[in-house]
Amino acid sequence: MKEMEVELLRLIEKNANLEVEKIAKLMGKSTDEIKELIGHLEKKKAILGYSTLIDWAKVLDKEEVTAMIDVKVAPARGVGFDKVAERIYRFPEVKAVYLMSGAYDLSVTVKGKTMMEIGHFISEKLSTLDSVLSTTTHFVLKKYKHDGIILEDEDEGDKRIVVSP
Amino acid sequence: MTKTSYISKQVADLKPSGIRRFFDLAAQMDDVISLGVGEPDFVTPWNFIEQSFHSLEQGYTSYTENAGMIELRNEISNYLRKNYHLTYDPTDQVIVSVGASQAIDLALRAVIDPGDEVIVVEPSFVAYVPTVRLAGGIPVTIQTRAENEFKLTPEQLEQAITPKTKAIILCNPNNPTGSLLLKEELEQLAKVIEKHDLLVLSDEIYAELTYDDVYTSFPSIADMKKRTILISGFSKAFAMTGWRLGYAAGPTEFIAAMVKIHQYTMMCAPTMAQHAALEAMKNGRQSVLQMMESYKQRRNFIVSSLNEAGLHCPTPGGAFYAFPSIQTTGLSSAEFAEQLLHQEQVAVVPGDVFGASGEGYIRCSYATSLKQLDEAMSRIKRFVIKRRALQSSQ
Repeated sequence: MKEMEVELLRLIEKNANLEVEKIAKLMGKSTDEIKELIGHLEKKKAILGYSTLIDWAKVLDKEEVTAMIDVKVAPARGVGFDKVAERIYRFPEVKAVYLMSGAYDLSVTVKGKTMMEIGHFISEKLSTLDSVLSTTTHFVLKKYKHDGIILEDEDEGDKRIVVSP
Repeated sequence: MTKTSYISKQVADLKPSGIRRFFDLAAQMDDVISLGVGEPDFVTPWNFIEQSFHSLEQGYTSYTENAGMIELRNEISNYLRKNYHLTYDPTDQVIVSVGASQAIDLALRAVIDPGDEVIVVEPSFVAYVPTVRLAGGIPVTIQTRAENEFKLTPEQLEQAITPKTKAIILCNPNNPTGSLLLKEELEQLAKVIEKHDLLVLSDEIYAELTYDDVYTSFPSIADMKKRTILISGFSKAFAMTGWRLGYAAGPTEFIAAMVKIHQYTMMCAPTMAQHAALEAMKNGRQSVLQMMESYKQRRNFIVSSLNEAGLHCPTPGGAFYAFPSIQTTGLSSAEFAEQLLHQEQVAVVPGDVFGASGEGYIRCSYATSLKQLDEAMSRIKRFVIKRRALQSSQ
């Protein structure tokens, strides 16, 4: 059962768009079995959602601006970093928050339409939080690979000869 | 030049590979989806490639020992022990070759005297028969049957043996049928082999690509190690076809003879490829497992799709080939493959190029992206339906 779950998750991790019928054929199971398994994994929140990886630069004139912000915070007694992390991750412009080991505490990824917009968020919302001690902002200049996918892959075509022994 | 031909009679008499003819046909066309490719669709894992770059940067651009770098032979020896419970001394029982193909050639040349018979089990990889001939031997083919899942039976083997029989080439899992001989079946064959004192060339290039059953390496069968030359390599499971790197392991006497030929005709396998292979042996397991899972899924997919399309196809136990029957279409293998190519731009290999018993079958490689495979299956289905309509109107 566990093996089946892992195999299914690996398949849809790579391609959430894969039809149930195809998953069933690939795994040698019936479509009902696969539907049930997906339902089960959704229920126990192993599957949290189905998002699409988009290269917005291909569609919009200007790509959104992404910033990764290193945040130093003062943890609060009893709740540690969790409370301040929550204060931060509830903002919709915040796309990711991780507690980090090392020189700073929280890594916060923010997306905005312009650099100004992100600057505004940092100066008005983030750095004004009581427990935030300092912020260091890094703007993303170019994305090469995101979530395991290479964005500007050169010729991916099949380089093999057509027929071989 | 006064002679009518300077080409040796041996070579002049060799039949060109049926695959070659089909390749020429398919290569002329655009937008062909090819299920005719006998190699992985994966590019070599990056860490192997990167290790090869590193070796070049370090200046490893000269020859290696004839038998291959001792570090690599050590790793191959470890690998065979860990995965197949085989013990080979890396110093004199392992040779690194230029692809498994060269290992087959070396092994045959090392053991064959003119007139010796070598048994080839068909349908088979297209190189065995010509390689036996070029080594001066006489190939004796056995035609395995679909009703036996294209597996060699002890009775068939017994019948093919004559006083001149010296060796048998076994390919397990088999190219082109994907058929996998299991332990008990190998044990039955071993009895006949022992009885007639034959040598075995065990081509296990697809050994890692077995999906349902535990794989048994032939020399691990009781008493078989001393009469077996194990041949394998990095091409298939490690996705390294273009690197041309294989190996053979066997009793010292055989490996020494093979090294003797190798040192005069090849010197050594390419050094940068040996460095990549070293990385593959040390840190390649995860990549191999990932590729295996993907092949298994695509095997399930192609087998159920071919059966749905009306082409009977049992589930192959290994390699990355499906070998469905096309007999219900009333076409020969060659006709089916040619018409499919022209009408639907899908390339498959007609089964008869792998031997007479392959007639009535086609080889479909599922080492192709799921997207392409899915499209190819729709086209094959459409082709079969059209063909059926034509048959019933006649």
